[in-house]
Amino acid sequence: MDFPLLAVLAATLTIATPLVWAALGALINERAGILNLGIEGTMYAGAFVGFLTAVTTGNPYLGLGTAVVAGLAAGALMGLLTVTLGVNQHVAGIGTTLLLVAACDFTNRLLFATGTQQAAASFERWFPGLGVLAQYPMTFVAFLVLAPVLWWVLRSTGFGLRLHAVGENPEAADAAGIPVARTRYAALMLGSALMAVGGSFLTLSLLGSFTLDIVSGRGWICIALVIFGRWKVWPVVAGALLFGFTDALQLQLAITPMFSGVPNELLIAFPYLVVIAALAVWGRKVRYPGAYLTPYRRA
Amino acid sequence: MKILLRAGESRWLAPAAVLGAVVLTLLLTAGPIRLAGANPVAAYQRYTINPLTTPGGIGDVLLAATPLLFTGLAVAVAFRVGYFNIGAEGQFLAGAIAATIPGLYLPGLPAVLALPLAAASGALGGLIWGFLPAFLKRRAHIDEVVTTLLLNPVALLLVQGLLNGPWRNSETGFPDSDRYGAGYTLPTLAEGSRVHWGFVIGLALVVVVFVVMSFTPLGLRLRAAGQSPGAARFSGIRVTTLQFRSALVSGALAGLGGAVQVLGVQHQLTASISNGYGYTGVVVATLGALTAGGVLLVSLLLGDIAVGAQNASIALQLPTQMGAIVSSTLLLAVVALLAARRYRVVLRRPFVRRRSTAERKDA
Amino acid sequence: MGPLAELRGITKTFGAVVANDSIDLRVLPGEVLALLGENGAGKSTLTRILYGLSQADSGSILVDGTEIRMHGPADAMAAGIGMVTQEFSLVDTMTVTENLMLAGSGLGRVNRSAAKTKVLEAAARIGVAIEPDAVVGTLSVGERQRVEIVKALFHDCRLLILDEPTAVLVPQDVAVLFESIRRLTADGMGVIFISHKLHEVVEIADRVSILRRGRIVADVPAEGLVPAQIAAMMVGSADRVTEPEAGSAADTVEAEALATAVGLEVPGAGVEQPVAQVSRSGVLDIDRITLAGTGKPLLDEVSLTVHAGEIVGVAGVSGNGQTELVSVLCGMTPASSGAVRVDGADITRLDVTKRLRAGLGRLTEDRRGSVVLNLSVEQNLVLEDLDRFRTGPFTSRRRIKEHVAGLMERFDIRAKPGDPIRSLSGGNMQKVLLARAIAREPKALVASQPTRGLDVGACEYVYSQLRALRERGAGVLVISEDLDELLGLCDRIVVMVSGRIVGEVLAAGTSREELGLLMTGMTAGAGAHS
Repeated sequence: MDFPLLAVLAATLTIATPLVWAALGALINERAGILNLGIEGTMYAGAFVGFLTAVTTGNPYLGLGTAVVAGLAAGALMGLLTVTLGVNQHVAGIGTTLLLVAACDFTNRLLFATGTQQAAASFERWFPGLGVLAQYPMTFVAFLVLAPVLWWVLRSTGFGLRLHAVGENPEAADAAGIPVARTRYAALMLGSALMAVGGSFLTLSLLGSFTLDIVSGRGWICIALVIFGRWKVWPVVAGALLFGFTDALQLQLAITPMFSGVPNELLIAFPYLVVIAALAVWGRKVRYPGAYLTPYRRA
Repeated sequence: MKILLRAGESRWLAPAAVLGAVVLTLLLTAGPIRLAGANPVAAYQRYTINPLTTPGGIGDVLLAATPLLFTGLAVAVAFRVGYFNIGAEGQFLAGAIAATIPGLYLPGLPAVLALPLAAASGALGGLIWGFLPAFLKRRAHIDEVVTTLLLNPVALLLVQGLLNGPWRNSETGFPDSDRYGAGYTLPTLAEGSRVHWGFVIGLALVVVVFVVMSFTPLGLRLRAAGQSPGAARFSGIRVTTLQFRSALVSGALAGLGGAVQVLGVQHQLTASISNGYGYTGVVVATLGALTAGGVLLVSLLLGDIAVGAQNASIALQLPTQMGAIVSSTLLLAVVALLAARRYRVVLRRPFVRRRSTAERKDA
Repeated sequence: MGPLAELRGITKTFGAVVANDSIDLRVLPGEVLALLGENGAGKSTLTRILYGLSQADSGSILVDGTEIRMHGPADAMAAGIGMVTQEFSLVDTMTVTENLMLAGSGLGRVNRSAAKTKVLEAAARIGVAIEPDAVVGTLSVGERQRVEIVKALFHDCRLLILDEPTAVLVPQDVAVLFESIRRLTADGMGVIFISHKLHEVVEIADRVSILRRGRIVADVPAEGLVPAQIAAMMVGSADRVTEPEAGSAADTVEAEALATAVGLEVPGAGVEQPVAQVSRSGVLDIDRITLAGTGKPLLDEVSLTVHAGEIVGVAGVSGNGQTELVSVLCGMTPASSGAVRVDGADITRLDVTKRLRAGLGRLTEDRRGSVVLNLSVEQNLVLEDLDRFRTGPFTSRRRIKEHVAGLMERFDIRAKPGDPIRSLSGGNMQKVLLARAIAREPKALVASQPTRGLDVGACEYVYSQLRALRERGAGVLVISEDLDELLGLCDRIVVMVSGRIVGEVLAAGTSREELGLLMTGMTAGAGAHS
């Protein structure tokens, strides 16, 4: 059997792209001490809003822009709930996800009641003839711009240090004159914008259309990847690639005659199980950010 | 981190916050309802009052509330001890799958055997689905939130895989399972009604949870462990063990809910069997203040809204998703305003207290 | 040369208590001023005011002759005042350099190499080696303290307040710290040094100011002072119980109450008798308990026996292992080695429930952490004994009600059984805990800071209950920082320093001065007594 390695690698990069965006967004949130379970809904909103704009305007870049705005708004909502009000982060996140998904489905139903699949103007692959390099623009941005820049920002800028400090020891951050609440809001909004971009990749690049349940748990995968990557940029990217690879592999297996008897869905479930297994193996004894899940009030 | 919505320092403040949240929800959802071209007041009337005006409507509300009773209880039981099981969705599906096994492979069993067997099988399925996260949490301190969440899509994929594979409908070829044997039908409560005995089972479980939480040593220990793990440990309560066991009970409750849904409503396994009941369970449990009685009330309320949403989609051309928007907005508004109420009090109190304890050392 | 900083007429009251009573204090450039006083004398209040963490009711603060208005630590830092407390505010997961860059760097790019150079310079200035790239969490306590000092230097600090800097240090680190202080004062910096360890004060200080009950009672050059003289000044020349200082009504009331509570009831004969019967086996037998810490052990082979019908006190400056000892005895922290026996039964490996069954009673200093705040008084009273009130699978409400009603009457708990326990006053909450512990008739009771934060009436009540328990034949171990309390209540007192028991005295035959000296770690000539 000749294994189409290059095709699988190309698919790996494509599949990993939305995860890199969203997981790095979640990483920023969690570095600041906030578990954002709104991620699934935020990705969904990014996918839908981006798609909607692209359909209306015929311009995928505008779609990307509105997805970012949707992400910022979702982040601000999480900020209001968890930073200002100190609501339990699990409940706030699940509530945000439920609300965003319902709102998108509602609007979708309202606008496209007839059920005809709308095709949106979408991004074209760059370098179409170049095998593995035939990727969407957002893939290049994710790996060549976002990840290195974020790595640098977290490491070498005052903003990165502040994020680290408010997520680890807000009392010490406060003592050093860092505005804890404002920094956490910034983290939530920036991170959520990245999640929304990740979601919009599904509609604006990958599919060119919107379907219900399009995110299908990718947000939860990202939350797991952040733990798996221990809140560090490159390990999280590596985790996304691992997921992308297993997913690409199952796609390949699905069209391989030898596996034609195996239901497709069981193959699709495989990467999820790989992530859980990876968590079970490498997720023990992880050190969570010191102020994880904890609202901060100045004494 | 306190998830409990308990009465605060002054008794009227919490009800006032809830009332304020209801008003806020109505105001916030009026916009999209208008956008959809409907009259908000008419819509709210459809959502809340209309379903309750006819016996058939009440039946539908009870039917819609039934799965929420199970998932709401499941989430409440886990959250109560500080185990954040957000996997009721997957456990519900696992229960539905497990109940389907005897339904398909032992079709000839009489109801007296078939129903208990399928129900037990469903509960066991949910328990098994909840076991891995609980085990990983206990043994390796792996955050249960992530693992329970991740298993939700896996459960859905398992359902879809089974329906596209071995359990594909043998007559139609559609991805639905064959109908179960005749003995596997949960009887309805009354002739002509669709409400089945599953609702009664749910009610009974509400009573059981209420009794355990209120009248047994175990209940007090569970509450202590969830509210103040440190103090509970000081008093000799084995917090981790309680969390582990509650996680399993939680999974079994959600699984039983899935079994009841297939046995009482669908009589076959379908891919859309859950309809997000597990996630809604988080809403039910939280709004119900993690109490059995609260879960019952909120299940009925959300059942009412769900039936009303169906109703409104036909009468007012208002998409059914509006129901989910209302319930999730209500959740966020309630937790936000309850927190805001605490916030205002907390804002001054600890400041004074912290200062004075720090300085009393010296005073 | 004018003073670097000057406090004039600083007064601060909390309710009826005067924490600082028109205090005047001056620090000269290049001077180490030791600020001394017992727990509660007003030192922390004063330093918090000087660092802007707390505002004085009246009085003024001058730096270089100019009056400064303090609204927060930022003002203090701007005025060149730095403070290093026992609780460090460092981010453990960051490197030393990153921690130091936190304050004052904007959002943009940080200049790591420049900051690194600055760290090395500052380290050189205080004469220590600091690895700028080391992660703070991996550093020893002494190293972290140096990082805190360097942090203060980053803000061009000229007056450095060191709040009990040596309490957490091993002797080698203390030597390094003193060397750093000497270098800084040679540069013209002023240092306020707070410590309980008098031999250290004698070694490092240029001047000694002593606070007692919120007032400066002595301000003398350190030259030629010996620890015993300082100790005498700290506790006052006479016993304050019998000779309360004039002028403060609150003092008088408190002193009289203390006299009735602890002084007058001490049965003269009963004191020495239990100690005489050493051959009798103890009801609480602590046998070479060790608890490892990062670096030096938190508890170092602590051995102690409490006999039936005896109250034994543990004295010591806070942070010398008392909290850890209580935690190990209560079953919250497993000991690294050693054994604990209650009435002959080994409870070292037992969980909390089994310890309680073996006859251990517990009363910890963290009252709010010992109850479930959201549950009611009744529920908290029975939480540890739920199985006793069980009928089949259910709790017997009737038996609980009777039991709780009995306890509430016997222990005079002023609340309704259904009241949430968080609404109770400290005294009432302590009564609940006392009731819960004593209702089980423990053979040995561990009571940590049993009266901290309580009013006089409640204190008296706690004492009477502990005495009554002793009369009924139980052994009581009292851990307290209040020497009057220990002297009035206990038969025997042991002294803990740095996780070790360094001395033992009979309460009847000792004095505050002797205990004070033992607590400062000066064992010579004092401990051999029993």
